[in-house]
Amino acid sequence: MKTSDMMQETYMALSANKARSFLTILGIVIGISSVIAMIAIGEGAKGTIQNSIQSIGSNLILVMPGAQRGPGFQVSAGRGSARTLTQADADAIIKEITLAQAVAPEISGRYQVTAKGKNTNTSVVGTVPAYPAVRNIQIDQGDFISEQHLRGLSKVAVLGPTARDDLFGEGVQAVGQVIRVRGIEFKIIGITRTKGGGGFGSQDDMIFIPISTAQKFLAGDSYVTTISVQAKDSQSMAEIQQEITGLLLNRHNISDPQLADFNTLNQADIVAAASSVTQTFTILLAAVAGISLVVGGIGIMNMMLTTVTERTREIGLRKAIGAKRNEINFQFLTEAVALTFLGGLIGVILGWLISFGVTRLGILQTKVSLFSILLAFGVSAAIGIIFGYYPARRAAALNPIDALRYE
Amino acid sequence: MLEVKNVVKTYISGDGGQFQALKGVSFKIEDGEFVAIMGPSGSGKSTLMHILGALDNPTSGAYFFNDKNVADFSEDELADLRKNKIGFVFQQFNLLPRATVIRNVMLPLVYAEVEEKEREERATLALKAAGLEESRFEHRPNQLSGGQVQRVAIARALVNNPVLILADEPTGNLDTKTGKIVLETFQKLNQEQGRTIVLITHEREVAQHAGRVISIRDGELVNDAKTRV
Ligand SMILES: Nc1ncnc2c1ncn2[C@@H]1O[C@H](COP(=O)(O)OP(=O)(O)OP(=O)(O)O)[C@@H](O)[C@H]1O
Ligand SMILES: [Mg+2]
Repeated sequence: MKTSDMMQETYMALSANKARSFLTILGIVIGISSVIAMIAIGEGAKGTIQNSIQSIGSNLILVMPGAQRGPGFQVSAGRGSARTLTQADADAIIKEITLAQAVAPEISGRYQVTAKGKNTNTSVVGTVPAYPAVRNIQIDQGDFISEQHLRGLSKVAVLGPTARDDLFGEGVQAVGQVIRVRGIEFKIIGITRTKGGGGFGSQDDMIFIPISTAQKFLAGDSYVTTISVQAKDSQSMAEIQQEITGLLLNRHNISDPQLADFNTLNQADIVAAASSVTQTFTILLAAVAGISLVVGGIGIMNMMLTTVTERTREIGLRKAIGAKRNEINFQFLTEAVALTFLGGLIGVILGWLISFGVTRLGILQTKVSLFSILLAFGVSAAIGIIFGYYPARRAAALNPIDALRYE
Repeated sequence: MLEVKNVVKTYISGDGGQFQALKGVSFKIEDGEFVAIMGPSGSGKSTLMHILGALDNPTSGAYFFNDKNVADFSEDELADLRKNKIGFVFQQFNLLPRATVIRNVMLPLVYAEVEEKEREERATLALKAAGLEESRFEHRPNQLSGGQVQRVAIARALVNNPVLILADEPTGNLDTKTGKIVLETFQKLNQEQGRTIVLITHEREVAQHAGRVISIRDGELVNDAKTRV
């Protein structure tokens, strides 16, 4: 039998059984596209979460006020509203924790901010010059807050790009202009660079002012909402965390660490917690995808097996008129391969389109992995070939009469 | 041309019971003979025919084709034998249900690697020789009458120009007139081209066309007579 005839026979067989071919391909398409899309979404979620964790800085320990807990009862206050950390605590950390590379206390609150008639409600963060280094922020235009600003209680502000766009419009030169917060005018001295993403509150939509100014004119007291401490390296993080806890417990006169009125958060712990969450998420998606693959596989199997009787008789007939065993094996293999490859191709394209759509709609930055393509392709090819080719191979080994009589 | 020696065929049914469809049949058919096999229903005619067509193996005994024991043939040699030497008309026709008439008839030529142009010509000729109207060539077997399907099956057996034609009740579904066309075709092939023909029939008149009648009853050869000398 010539190769061209083989191709034609395959084409004839597939087009003569349109419903069968269609359902088989559908099974493969569903299996493959769901595996690819699900894994891409899982990987994308993992990447997005890790990115946003990395974007808040590196080797960070965050100290935040906690609920004040008296012995025997608990007062639950919202985390942001608790006022247990003061500027003095921050100064003590800067002075005592020598292992720390940089310390940046901040006080943040949401305010209505206006500029030339436009206004927006955004987060105003009072902080120190070390903040950009600690929290991984870059300056796009102008400068960040300096020590002089801090000492002089200067009314200056550095805008995040989103805050700038909201107040002045995109691409407008904002440095040098003024904004008003609670009726107080601030001169804009710089714009930070876009970080993108979000997660832990977008740093693009923030306005930074000197912490001293914030405490005096906006908050009216000297509490702080977060103290970010950057360790030299990841090894020293645990030690620093311990020292800070000891120092603050001491300063707050608390002997039982269980009753601490503050929380320390280690970035490594956040990363670990988040990756275990995303891991679970990916496993969940993979399980769903696996089920689709199995369902698709059963569909393929079902289609192939229900036609075994018909195909076995066909094989008997072909042998009776002189087909060699190899010619039959090869024809049915070509058929199974053609089906799985056609389905596989459509499945890969569809899975990729779904991932692309999810990315495009801004839901998640998905990532189609080669591994998922190979896995999905491999499984469906194996199913197609095992259930399409194997029964044919067995039938081709029968003598023509036995194959023709097959029930 | 062919010889069967003491051929026994035992069928084993699902429940383990055994049934001897052929109980030691022996005969010889020479090149160019036209033989009719007769016998009551269930006597083992089709079973014998399958063995002659190298489609099934005897349980014991031997089948020689051109003095070679078919049991010694490899799979590929068997395929070549079926493809190049033998044309078989099944009692149940056995056409590909999803292929058109013309494709069904061309199929043996595909395996014989005949050029594509030639296939269609030869298939058309064979179908005409079997008496099928050209308007039916693009039909599927399920769109044909029983007699038309039978003619397609005959055409498929003739298309390879086999030296041995084995036909299992080739006129069973045909009216007298079409039956006659088919028989005349066989006769012409036999007389003008010297092809060996073995056909199974229940009808005396059909057997009249043959030069020899082999009678079978309950799996045994009961009579073997030349009708013409
Ligand atoms: N696969 C099989 N398994 C068991 N018994 C079988 C099988 N095939 C045929 N037989 C039996 O063998 C006997 C001979 O069958 P065969 O088909 O050769 O008869 P036949 O002479 O061709 O009959 P008919 O004229 O009706 O076509 C029958 O009794 C039949 O029941
Ligand atoms: Mg019969």
